[in-house]
Amino acid sequence: MAAFESLSSRLQNVFSKLRGKGKVSEEDVNDAMREVRLALLEADVNFKVVKDFIAKVKEQAVGLDVSKSFTPGMVVIDIVNKELTELMGGTQSKLVKANKPPTVIMMAGLQGAGKTTTTGKLAKLLQKGNHKPLMIACDIYRPAAIKQLQVLGDQINAPVFSMGDQTSPVDIARAGLQHAKENGNDYVIIDTAGRLHIDEELMEELKQIHQITKPDEVLLVVDAMTGQDAVNVAKSFHEQLELTGVVLTKLDGDTRGGAALSVKAVTGCPIKFAAMGEKIDSLEPFHPERMASRILGMGDMLSLIEKAQSNIDAEKAKEMERKMRTAEFTFEDFLEQMEQVRNLGPLDQIMDMLPGMNKMKGMKDMKVDEKQIGRVEAIVRSMTKEEKQKPELLNHSRRKRVAAGSGTTVVEVNRLIKQFDDMKKMMKQFSSMMGPKGPKGSKGGKKGLKGLLGKNMKFPF
Amino acid sequence: MSFFKKLKESIATKTEAVTNVFKEGLAKTRTAFAQKVEELITRRKKIDEQFYEELEEILIGADVGVNTVMQLIDELRVEVKKRKIEEAADLQPVLSEKLIQLMKGDDHAGLRMAASGITVILFVGVNGVGKTTTIGKLAHKFKNEGKSVLLAAGDTFRAGAIEQLEVWGQRVGVDVIKQQSGSDPAAVMFDAVQAAKQRGVDVLLCDTAGRLQNKTNLMEELNKIFRVIQRELPDAPHEVLLVLDATTGQNALSQAKLFGEKSGVTGLVLTKLDGTAKGGIVIAIRNELSLPVKLVGLGEKMGDLQQFDSEQFIHALFAGLIQREDAEGSEETAK
Repeated sequence: MAAFESLSSRLQNVFSKLRGKGKVSEEDVNDAMREVRLALLEADVNFKVVKDFIAKVKEQAVGLDVSKSFTPGMVVIDIVNKELTELMGGTQSKLVKANKPPTVIMMAGLQGAGKTTTTGKLAKLLQKGNHKPLMIACDIYRPAAIKQLQVLGDQINAPVFSMGDQTSPVDIARAGLQHAKENGNDYVIIDTAGRLHIDEELMEELKQIHQITKPDEVLLVVDAMTGQDAVNVAKSFHEQLELTGVVLTKLDGDTRGGAALSVKAVTGCPIKFAAMGEKIDSLEPFHPERMASRILGMGDMLSLIEKAQSNIDAEKAKEMERKMRTAEFTFEDFLEQMEQVRNLGPLDQIMDMLPGMNKMKGMKDMKVDEKQIGRVEAIVRSMTKEEKQKPELLNHSRRKRVAAGSGTTVVEVNRLIKQFDDMKKMMKQFSSMMGPKGPKGSKGGKKGLKGLLGKNMKFPF
Repeated sequence: MSFFKKLKESIATKTEAVTNVFKEGLAKTRTAFAQKVEELITRRKKIDEQFYEELEEILIGADVGVNTVMQLIDELRVEVKKRKIEEAADLQPVLSEKLIQLMKGDDHAGLRMAASGITVILFVGVNGVGKTTTIGKLAHKFKNEGKSVLLAAGDTFRAGAIEQLEVWGQRVGVDVIKQQSGSDPAAVMFDAVQAAKQRGVDVLLCDTAGRLQNKTNLMEELNKIFRVIQRELPDAPHEVLLVLDATTGQNALSQAKLFGEKSGVTGLVLTKLDGTAKGGIVIAIRNELSLPVKLVGLGEKMGDLQQFDSEQFIHALFAGLIQREDAEGSEETAK
């Protein structure tokens, strides 16, 4: 799918003919905006939303002074990114709290969006903040939906209120709220049945639950993979229920999640949470600026940086960087580095966060096998101290010993040493590109990284 | 005879009930899509850049997918030049023809059943698309046809999934082969295939847990399920159906591709098509990956799962356009 190359490289193509010109003409901007438009449409942002958005960005981009910046493409992306972030709600917003407990939260959405799972996750999140949530099972239609909520409740040790599937959801909600008041629960989360927004009967039922429980938060649960229709769904739910916020689910998939932008644009409600995985604690606060770069196909660089910051020892990283630059990188450092990378979490998740990674040619075939990493570690650990520091010492008989010691074969040992040498060479290249003072901003570095990755980057595992 | 007339005649031979299910289920799609095209053509008389752009928006708005839309528009441009078309109205038949070409492909819409013995159908897809519900509905359908059916509760991960399938089993009156929640789904499949062999059932429907297609380990698990079934019953699974939510956008392409790689998807089930969803993404999937749609879910009731019929689909989708051509045709004969 050639059309899925990143926006940044497409914009570079548009602007490559610009060389020598001082200002971006309207025609250039139009060309660039066509690419931006395509990128947004590919990410499933609603076409009407795209249209308005493009008009807004166009204004800013015409007459852009590019004589100072040698990469007008980046400047345009910057504008687009800022506008997108703005449109998505600027900064993140929190869950409201009622003056008088309990705070009532109502979940709504289409079938299969992930309401019940999200209800459980939200309860877990509240528990972490030392709250006592009660979940009310109002989905009496889907087979075993109540059971699902009960299992989730058992997992996190949170109470679930249910009255079986023969009582009307409105009555269940009313009784559940009363139950919460009596038992001192400070948060109540009402799980409702999934319904089509055009199903009048069921929408009426939701309205009644709304009237009776007077929720402080009405959260629309939206599947991040939703296409153009997200606008209609959000609109009619909003019209009937006055949403206060949105939860975006299944964001750990490889979707670009343009639905987020559509929903925000139509309802004006902030996206409060994002569900990022299968586990019960995978509900995270939503970060608009990260979503913006994801929609543009620029990867989730910020998340990665943040993860790295919290997990990688800064001192060690500094030392490592020096070693990389001077290419005195040894197997010992290699081992240490591998451990640090591992601390970041599952490798395929990290790979996903790197810009352009998932769309890169050949990258799909590259599987990150955690077991393979273990084998590599075993090989390195089977070397003597001297060998680790001076890999050139490893002659044939030493290699044989290492293979036997690590339970691998000489072929595997050879391959690792070869890859290690390649990596060292690459680092030399890499460091000369970044200059002696480290990376000049992530943008330049990224461009270089991509070029390298395209050709000779091979992970040693 | 015009294409539409042929289509109409072939549909007339089909039962009215089925046609109506399609028509009702796709009512929203029709208004959202065909009417817009018509409105555009009557409003904009001339074919210019603006016209193309608006047409592009309508198609993209139906989730047809950017690549496919671009391809379609390019083809239209070529046709317009070749046939020297100037009026927008003259473009309409060309457009319809192109769209139908995209959607039709080879017509093996029916489910592939084993020549003799057990037919195994494996259901895969991301979370929350309606796999379990589809299995329930399909079991009902087979049961009505007088076949003996067995269900395999392969979703051992999601809370309540096994119970959900059991409820369906009770409703329809078929047995469910299950293990505890959290057990190895491949082991469940093994049990299910053995049970199916012993009891000599006609159809075994296998549920799996929803998984996002970029989760490597979960996709490997699916691959294992696939291998186990294949090993125990050499010809099986006879169909691997990827269940797709009709509201899904471009990501459906990625789903079809990656699930195809790991579990050899043979066809699609499009669910929740009775919303305002347009399901245009199936056109893109057909075009880029040539996977046929086999079943469509057009409502919440047990009987609302229908075998996909591209002619019905097109007829329901372009009802407006077809009537117009009809009127024009009769005018011509009057002259």
